[in-house]
Amino acid sequence: MLHEQELKTFVEGTTNFFEVTAQQPASIGSPYLMEGSPAVHEYTGVINISGKREGVVYFTASKAMLTVLLMKMQENDFSHETMRDLVGEVANTISGNARRDFGREFVISVPSVLSGEKPQIPQKPGMRSFIIPINWRSHSAKLIVALT
Amino acid sequence: MLNGNPTAVNGNGKRCFKLLIVDDSNIMRRRIERLQQFEDLQLVGTAGNGLEALELFKRTDPDVVTMDLTMPRMDGIECIGQLVALKPAVRILVISALADKATAVEAMERGANGFLEKPFTDRQLNEAIADLMR
Repeated sequence: MLHEQELKTFVEGTTNFFEVTAQQPASIGSPYLMEGSPAVHEYTGVINISGKREGVVYFTASKAMLTVLLMKMQENDFSHETMRDLVGEVANTISGNARRDFGREFVISVPSVLSGEKPQIPQKPGMRSFIIPINWRSHSAKLIVALT
Repeated sequence: MLNGNPTAVNGNGKRCFKLLIVDDSNIMRRRIERLQQFEDLQLVGTAGNGLEALELFKRTDPDVVTMDLTMPRMDGIECIGQLVALKPAVRILVISALADKATAVEAMERGANGFLEKPFTDRQLNEAIADLMR
């Protein structure tokens, strides 16, 4: 079972990115549980976790949200590659936070990035996912935590 | 103050230190590039991994390097060791999301001079660079 503190680490890693990089905090919606693979947005940053826990954590956001985030970062390249780069950086921050808080009991992969309409997220059958809406300005992304 | 004399000349004819930016993220490289407000730094190159950084380092002989850690082909920790072996006086600021103490200690032991955690504000970046050059 996922511990509250573990979930908090992943959530803070995500919201911290918005607060520091865009200078505008993100808020958290009501988390919910679901079975199977949740729907994702166009761009998804994935980290795989093994060791004390097994599974995946991913941050998925729409192109519209990432575009505004890039503008706030004073970036003027809004290409597909830059969008992928940005979700990768968010996942990288989540990964760094987790390494700091969990230490070596968790083996956390280098983030990978998926894009497209229906990317396949590597997830074990029957595993339940915690879905945490990340609301920022008028946009909503999702942080999805699926761990044993 | 940074060891040695400034090795480049900027557009205003002022002597300045040469800067190399190493990060596999284009966004991060461009963001660090924007710190060109530092009159006494001149960007001599950007690299997306440790191997590319090593090649550029040999060609451009920078005085200051910003270094990501998690990169393909050659990671930042390995790269720091190789850069310091080539030029012990080089000043290296690690800019990474890997904020655990063990990673920071390892980077410092290899020869890094500062550590800035991602994500960072422009102000934090400017302060970290200024500290590095003191």
